[in-house]
Amino acid sequence: MTSFSPLSTSSINGERLRYPVVLYLVASVFVVLLLRLWYLQIIRGDSYRNLSENNRIRLEDIVPTRGIIYDRHGRILVDNRPAFNLAIVPEDVSDIHLTLGQLSGLLGVEQAQFMEKFQSAPKGAPFRPVLLKRDMTRDEVAAVESHRFDLSGVMVQIEPKRSYERPSFAAHLIGYLGEIEEAQLKGKRSQGYKLGDYLGKYGVELEWEEALKGERGGRQVEADAAGRQLRILREVPSQPGHNLVLTLDTGLQLRAERALEGKAGAIIALDPNTGDVLAMASSPAFDQNQFIRGLSATEWQSIVDNPLHPLENKSIQGQYPIGSTFKPVVLAAALEDGVVDPNTILSCYGEYRLGNHVYRCWKKGGHGELALHQALVQSCDIYFYQLGQKLGVDRMAAYGKGFRLGRKTLIRLNNEAAGLVPTAEWKLRRFGVPWQKGEDLVTAIGQGFLLATPIQMAVFYAAIANGGKFLRPRVVLRVEDPDGAVIKNVGPEIVGQLNLNPNTLSFLQGALEGVVQEPRGTGRVAQLRGKLHEIRVAGKTGTAQVIRAPEDEEEQDESEIPYKFRDHAWFVAYAPAEAPEIVVAVLVEHGGHGGSAAAPLAREVMEEYFSSRLVEERVARSQ
Amino acid sequence: MIDRRLIQNFDWVLLLLTAAIIAVGLVTLYSALSYGGKVHAGILTRQLYWYGLGVLVMILAFSLDYQWLERFAYPAYVFGIVLLVAVLLQGKTVSGSKRWLDLGLVVAQPSELMKPLLVIGLARFFARQEKRGGYRLRELGLPAIMVIVPVVLVAMEPDLGTSALLLAISVSMILFVGVNLNSLLLLAGISLSSLPLFWFLMKGYQRQRVLTLLDPGRDPLGAGYHIIQSKIAVGSGQFWGKGFLKGTQSQLRFIPEHHTDFIFTVLAEEWGFVGSLLLLALFLCLLLRGLNVARRSRDQFGVLLGFGITAIIFWHVAVNIAMVLGMLPVVGIPLPLVSYGGSSAVVTMASVGILLNVAMRKFVFQK
Repeated sequence: MTSFSPLSTSSINGERLRYPVVLYLVASVFVVLLLRLWYLQIIRGDSYRNLSENNRIRLEDIVPTRGIIYDRHGRILVDNRPAFNLAIVPEDVSDIHLTLGQLSGLLGVEQAQFMEKFQSAPKGAPFRPVLLKRDMTRDEVAAVESHRFDLSGVMVQIEPKRSYERPSFAAHLIGYLGEIEEAQLKGKRSQGYKLGDYLGKYGVELEWEEALKGERGGRQVEADAAGRQLRILREVPSQPGHNLVLTLDTGLQLRAERALEGKAGAIIALDPNTGDVLAMASSPAFDQNQFIRGLSATEWQSIVDNPLHPLENKSIQGQYPIGSTFKPVVLAAALEDGVVDPNTILSCYGEYRLGNHVYRCWKKGGHGELALHQALVQSCDIYFYQLGQKLGVDRMAAYGKGFRLGRKTLIRLNNEAAGLVPTAEWKLRRFGVPWQKGEDLVTAIGQGFLLATPIQMAVFYAAIANGGKFLRPRVVLRVEDPDGAVIKNVGPEIVGQLNLNPNTLSFLQGALEGVVQEPRGTGRVAQLRGKLHEIRVAGKTGTAQVIRAPEDEEEQDESEIPYKFRDHAWFVAYAPAEAPEIVVAVLVEHGGHGGSAAAPLAREVMEEYFSSRLVEERVARSQ
Repeated sequence: MIDRRLIQNFDWVLLLLTAAIIAVGLVTLYSALSYGGKVHAGILTRQLYWYGLGVLVMILAFSLDYQWLERFAYPAYVFGIVLLVAVLLQGKTVSGSKRWLDLGLVVAQPSELMKPLLVIGLARFFARQEKRGGYRLRELGLPAIMVIVPVVLVAMEPDLGTSALLLAISVSMILFVGVNLNSLLLLAGISLSSLPLFWFLMKGYQRQRVLTLLDPGRDPLGAGYHIIQSKIAVGSGQFWGKGFLKGTQSQLRFIPEHHTDFIFTVLAEEWGFVGSLLLLALFLCLLLRGLNVARRSRDQFGVLLGFGITAIIFWHVAVNIAMVLGMLPVVGIPLPLVSYGGSSAVVTMASVGILLNVAMRKFVFQK
């Protein structure tokens, strides 16, 4: 053979010796494979043929139970209940039209509707049950079960269903679940989601999905030729999700929701020392259980068409002009920059003229002569126009940003809005029009372009109350495993510091207390009553114009103005003034004056808080 | 470049065997892609395009003298490593691992390409470092690094199956060139004793993964279920099979990946023991032919190249079929020229081209 070239080296000769070994190894591997094939196909062939003909071994899912949600005192807010679903295994049905016809007769659902569900089911693995109807009533389950033997391939599956214990309670904060959408599924398949799964779509249910969802299990089931389960071969149990303990106080939340009944607006109660959201109400609300049952087209339409936007969480998503609740920012700016000192006296005659324009005070006759403290207590617009004129928009904006307006509070809920703090440069960029002198005045009383959300106002006043700390509002206190062991504590988180001279801050605190506690304060209505009257409240009213008031017309009576043109009413307060435990921000859309429309609601919430505190203390003392 | 002698020495048997396996593969793929009387034509067409490209690459692979491969062995190897790093940096993540690189026109698996590149690199090394009486441990330093780098990079994707395969191919080659007996024992000892260390270094979920790999029964909803269904499909084929397009198990989609890694189940179910035997025989002939090419090659590089390429095909076939038959862990290893998959098809055909190249030029004198 020519291949034995004289050039061949001894090394190659050495390798040539290995060829028989290699051949032997390769051949023996193939013999092993053939023996295995012989074993599977010839020796065990009959039994495998039998298994394959009946397609006996199937895989079934075990749906995990979702974590339970508690309030801060351990009351159950969201739980799970068993739901009975009607499903059908296509391969096990002999005559689909007959079977669906029977079901339609039993349940009073049109056959076409079942047929549509049946046909639109994705073609996945074989012997996967196709869902026909979710969440049947007891009677429907009984009807199907009693005809079980006429209905081959039909099965009733039990599945845990989300149950919101009090309809519409804290709906925006807790949120709701919905069926996974196909577009969403694409990115989530690797996380174990499947078509037909429910997942958080809003609120805590959305933001804490990872903790709540649990892990799917499954079982290998051997079924008979008619699809009935014979035995379970292997099973992997599902892992229940983790439970959440919210910062919410059920009593306070109920009180806040009751206060907003029949109105559109938001109430937030925060603990200024921890950032705990004790209550967060947005009105109108919605019933989360509707989303679990599945909304009909008309129900959905009525929610979407509602002009008061029930799905919007007004406490974090609603951006409003903030009116006089902005004045503390202007006051702090003026003191810090030495524009005024606490003794500077300015006069108010009800009107202030700049160029051709006349700017009015909310009080027609004017306040006369007043110093800084009284200017805030009585919320004198003329005094603040002059501060605004001296400061200019950019300095006010800088201090506004110092109070963390115009940026998100980082509360862990979806759709938080950032609000807006205008500057001269911003206006030029946005509208191509330079800033006008008069707009300084308007900005100083919280009108114009300025926008904020109720949660921003609550965090802003909490920082005044607690001596300058900006806390990230906290919704979840801790995560627990199903046995109650703590998985994670969500600690308070300081996200910023208020950089004010201590004298400025204490002056501001004193003035805010005056707003409520002094006889001429605009927020007198918020004084606590009865046994609680000794607890001193500090706060600020705000009446935010929705449209610019016609300048030379006589002021109209509130009730004569069409609803959508009425002013937004604000009140933000904290108490006790000397050692604050609670901050309450109230916004009533088109409610009118802050002092009369918003302050009473804040008082109700604070009274609820302090009276339940009194009860707790009394109980503690008697034990 | 191609003179008459080359054509005379063209290994037609090797080419015909390859064509026969591709034909069996396409028939099986057609069946695997049929469902309820319809064929998923898109995938089938795409595979045909891949084979078209494969033919071009194959022609290229045997036209150029394989001495060129020797010359560019190291740059090619480095290119392969660069691709593997690129896939880790910006590969497409599919079901939890990064194996795919988007090259604009096509999406390719660099780990497939790495197999022949590693073989070429090792062949180059051992061809220039001839040794009597086997290599000693310290002489194996460089090839060890050449092997470990891609093995680790592929394992990081993570694609433990392909990583192990790269290792198996390399070890085959190193044993083939010969290792000093003492060194071999020492090496085996070190490898075995370092296993517990790896185990100790692994994180909990990684250990879980390895355990599932070794024992599919631990994952009854995933790999364990696949293996049961795979065995039912193969076993139910019995001696003569159920007939073309009559395989209920695989056609009813009980078998996941039945057009890729588990395609052998489709063949075994529909064509039974007879069909399986035929395919195994074809593969065995191809491998023997490949070894023959290596044996007859006149230079050291050709010998090692032929052997290494044959080793690639051998390990794929053996591991894939053993996996489908429930004898080995479930790892993502395709059956060459049968499973659906572009990178694998093109790279395997290029490998056959290299074998043809080595076969054809055994008589040609070099400088």
